[in-house]
Amino acid sequence: MASDVTTPMLSEAIRDKIRAFIPRYPNKRAVTLPALHIVHEYFRCVPYQAMAEIAEILEITPAEVHDTMSFYGFFPQAPIGDVRVWICRSLSCMITGGDEMLEHACKKLGVRSGQTTPDGKLTVEFAECLGICDFAPAALADDGRIFGPLTPEKVDAMIEELKKDKDPVDPTHGLGSSAGPATPSRPEG
Amino acid sequence: MSISFTLDGREVEARAGETIWQVARREGVEIPHLCYSPAPGYRADGNCRACMVEVEGERVLAPSCLRRPSPGMKVATDSARSKAARAMVMELLLADQPPREAAHDPDSKFWRWADKLGVTESRFPARHAPAPDVSHPAMAVQLDACIHCGLCVRACREVQVNDVIGMGRRGHHAKIVFDLDDPMGHSTCVACGECVQACPTGALMPSSVLDKEGRKSREPDRSVDSLCPYCGVGCQLTYQIEGNKILQVDGRDGPANHNRLCVKGRFGFDYVAHPQRLTRPLIRKPDVPKDADDFVDPSDPSTHFREATWDEALDVAAAGLRTIRDTFGGRALAGFGSAKGSNEEAYLFQKLVRTGFGGNNVDHCTRLCHASSVAALIETIGSGAVTAPFSECVHSDVIVVIGANPTVNHPVAATFIKGAARRGAKLVVIDPRGQGLSRHATHHLRFKPGSDVALLNALIHVIIEEGLYDRAYVDRFTSGFEELRARTFAFSPEKMAPVCGVDASTLREVARLYGRARSALIFWGMGISQHVHGTDNARCLIALALLCGQVGRPGSGLHPLRGQNNVQGASDAGLIPMFLPDYHRTNDPAAHADFEKYWGVNLDPEPGLTVVEIMAAILRGSIRGMYIMGENPAMSDPDARHAREALAKLDHLVVQEIFLTETARHADVILPSTAFPEKTGTFTNTDRRVQIGRAALQPPGDARQDWWIVRDLARRLGLGWNYEHPSEIYEELRGCMPSIRGISWGRLEREGAVTYPCPSESDPGHELIFAEGFPTPTGRGKLVPAEVSPPDELPDDAYPMVLTTGRLLEHWHTGSMTRRATVLDRIEPEAAVHVAPADLRRLGANPGDRLRVSTRRGSIELAARSDRDVPPGLIFIPFCFAEAAANLLTNPALDPFGKIPEFKFCAAKVEATGAG
Ligand code: SF4
Ligand code: SF4
Ligand code: FES
Ligand code: FES
Repeated sequence: MASDVTTPMLSEAIRDKIRAFIPRYPNKRAVTLPALHIVHEYFRCVPYQAMAEIAEILEITPAEVHDTMSFYGFFPQAPIGDVRVWICRSLSCMITGGDEMLEHACKKLGVRSGQTTPDGKLTVEFAECLGICDFAPAALADDGRIFGPLTPEKVDAMIEELKKDKDPVDPTHGLGSSAGPATPSRPEG
Repeated sequence: MSISFTLDGREVEARAGETIWQVARREGVEIPHLCYSPAPGYRADGNCRACMVEVEGERVLAPSCLRRPSPGMKVATDSARSKAARAMVMELLLADQPPREAAHDPDSKFWRWADKLGVTESRFPARHAPAPDVSHPAMAVQLDACIHCGLCVRACREVQVNDVIGMGRRGHHAKIVFDLDDPMGHSTCVACGECVQACPTGALMPSSVLDKEGRKSREPDRSVDSLCPYCGVGCQLTYQIEGNKILQVDGRDGPANHNRLCVKGRFGFDYVAHPQRLTRPLIRKPDVPKDADDFVDPSDPSTHFREATWDEALDVAAAGLRTIRDTFGGRALAGFGSAKGSNEEAYLFQKLVRTGFGGNNVDHCTRLCHASSVAALIETIGSGAVTAPFSECVHSDVIVVIGANPTVNHPVAATFIKGAARRGAKLVVIDPRGQGLSRHATHHLRFKPGSDVALLNALIHVIIEEGLYDRAYVDRFTSGFEELRARTFAFSPEKMAPVCGVDASTLREVARLYGRARSALIFWGMGISQHVHGTDNARCLIALALLCGQVGRPGSGLHPLRGQNNVQGASDAGLIPMFLPDYHRTNDPAAHADFEKYWGVNLDPEPGLTVVEIMAAILRGSIRGMYIMGENPAMSDPDARHAREALAKLDHLVVQEIFLTETARHADVILPSTAFPEKTGTFTNTDRRVQIGRAALQPPGDARQDWWIVRDLARRLGLGWNYEHPSEIYEELRGCMPSIRGISWGRLEREGAVTYPCPSESDPGHELIFAEGFPTPTGRGKLVPAEVSPPDELPDDAYPMVLTTGRLLEHWHTGSMTRRATVLDRIEPEAAVHVAPADLRRLGANPGDRLRVSTRRGSIELAARSDRDVPPGLIFIPFCFAEAAANLLTNPALDPFGKIPEFKFCAAKVEATGAG
């Protein structure tokens, strides 16, 4: 329970960033979504304790944070891979083989949809329409890269590409940027 | 404005705001409903679509629970299309349900509708069923039966405003969650049980009726409408009984609770069947001496006592009292009645002391809670009761809660306050500790403990100096304005800020908020009254309200939240040393003469001694015998060691109880009496609302009704009492209490609750009082200035911390009932001292470690609890734990007017004793 927590998980810098959103909205509750994005951007997930702390900062209840968090499929609760990739299964992609592409990717990586590879490099998930139907069947990585139209070979190439090591980044990088869903940065370690 | 429309071919009227469903119900037309509950406080949500009806000319069906009729609309509840749609909804929902044979509650609202609609099977595949969650001691969560109607979410968020339940995820994956998808038993759930009461499927159920497979295995065979035995809120409830056991408790739609209950009222009832109940009269063995530090195992009193017949026990009890009376006079005897007993018991008890003992040494725990508030109220506005019921706060635009922690101590009253705040009322909480209302407050002033008068005088100062007071009201209805102005002139917020620890601009802001409010209600509790300046604190609050004319109008008033279920009634009935029934002073010649006539005996005009004074008088040797009915001064009195010494010193002590309490250890005779659900009687809640409680169970063994015991003891003291039923006693009380003259026993049996003043049977009773002046000799309310005085015992080098005491949500008062209620004691099983995290670190202790807390009066050991609601320098100890009795530590210094001890402030020292 939140009130027993003695060592906070969210640093003052993150808290300040969340608090900075408060004047922009009619009430504190409305800051829930930006706060979730800020936390997600930093930890690449929204851990349990972080939700409790968001509730405290915004003076709302844990359940309210959880409702919002869990409404979206976007926020994982445990850390995910270095890169997260969504393969679309909505209409345009489905009829051009989206489901099969997802299956192929999963088989190749030895994971199920929603899981992360054992080396921690890649998380693969399905998604509903990514808004890039002209690339159907399409995939989107969380750093903004787009792949498609996919074939099994192109899926293999995409995986190669996504698994390439990225440059080490400063763990606080990205805290200054706006809370967008996709960002190339992550904390090291 | 009502409108007319056609319902199934019939012309019907809809009242303003009514939905089609509501009109249909009124007209006797049944429409299925699952996500809608007609219970008070539940908003229609329109999500299940079980209530669809056809509206002529509309393309789609309409949810009748949500849809309001328009003039001339033609509605068909029984058209083929609407019936087919409703059956389809049931079939879809049925797909996920456990089969009927395995249903958690085969008799749930859901199954009853399925039966009525003839839907027994589903063609659709079931979805994944979550595992049961039995982490809570009182409630089982079995979401395989959940239909996502969201009633529990509304119950928790909108009705009780606890905000624990959420609807997590979405669509096919939607799931009821507690907090962050925690097991219910580990969540912030306060176990009010509202969600269980609202759930239509059996997904949330009280564990008490379930078997190991999570299926309902026990059914009540009868039910009795009664009241909750715990706090002054006075919730109405229904006991569901199987044999002679309470199986389950449901909230009823009483005026104080509208079906709501808290954890105590809902789950705290099995104490009545505890094996330690006293079932036979007990007499102290001749060779067992009394000792202040004595311990008697409540499970085995035979070490100190032997069983006796009622005749023998009553003879011994009476003989001891009689001897003292005849040798030393009536003033050598004293009696403590109880604020937990009925009006009839309180009345009879004080009558016994006054007419049978022959003195006025009769008091009860009101002395320890609101005596100072009552002293101030009587002095200023001529009446000791509230001016408005707590539910009036729904009409307030500013609500002030000071020195009270209602989410813990008056949970159902708190639901009204939280609800009002959510709908936009400004809530000002004034309390050194953080608390459940803080989250809902626009301002929380965490002032320095004990600096109440400084803070309140600063508010008064601003209201006067900035001209925010209501001149017309002050001129017409008050006296003493000029003196108040002169005496508070020096208390500017700027000067008081360092004294009370709240900055001047916040003080000004809050004063302006209150001063400019259209309607404002002030609630206060023990944080105001339990100080040596308790009466002064209350005077300030009354002055604030009088200055701003915030009395007697909707949404305005003064409301000291009364603690015990009948503390108002017990005081009204005269269970206090200076007042006869209805607050006539014992030494008022006219009242004295009236009561001598009414009771047919000579009365002692000299006011008696109060609770703490009686203990001192025992130690001085002037009081030698006592009769205690349902009170536990060995736990509840300040400096309890001292109180225990006094009790052990008595020549003769008669204790009437349901358990062998810390007080009963020192008794000569123990008389086993009845618990609340075993008795019928009237009780007056904090709102001045007289309500009737009805016996639901047989008392165990030889235990007897309290009024019966008092009567038979009285007979042995020479009084010819012949009461045969509580109603006779009530009618006698009514005969000497003009304020309840219009509330006859018969009327209470019919109506359940009537609020006094109620002068005649045809009068509906009055909730809001004093719109036109006050029952004082001048008709005006008196503004009484208060001087700043420090608490009696300030921290110093030897005792550097401040100790404050109070209650926990789960435990009632000294814990003799709630510590024996399985669920309540499982939720809060251990004595703990609440310490600020920084102080705990400084002590080098972790949560759960043992700490020794000492004051100049004693020392106890208990577990450490890290509590961020406690400011550094302060510690909080609940006084319900016999194994670490907080009152061994508290200071018995008294407020000079109310004679209330300073439970809320004394100097203390905390040491770590090593890991727990
Ligand atoms: S018991 Fe009360 S507080 Fe707990 S989840 Fe249910 S409604 Fe909410
Ligand atoms: S609020 Fe008071 S009266 Fe109501 S259920 Fe709780 S303890 Fe009982
Ligand atoms: S359907 Fe796949 S991107 Fe739109
Ligand atoms: S009862 Fe009307 S939609 Fe559920």
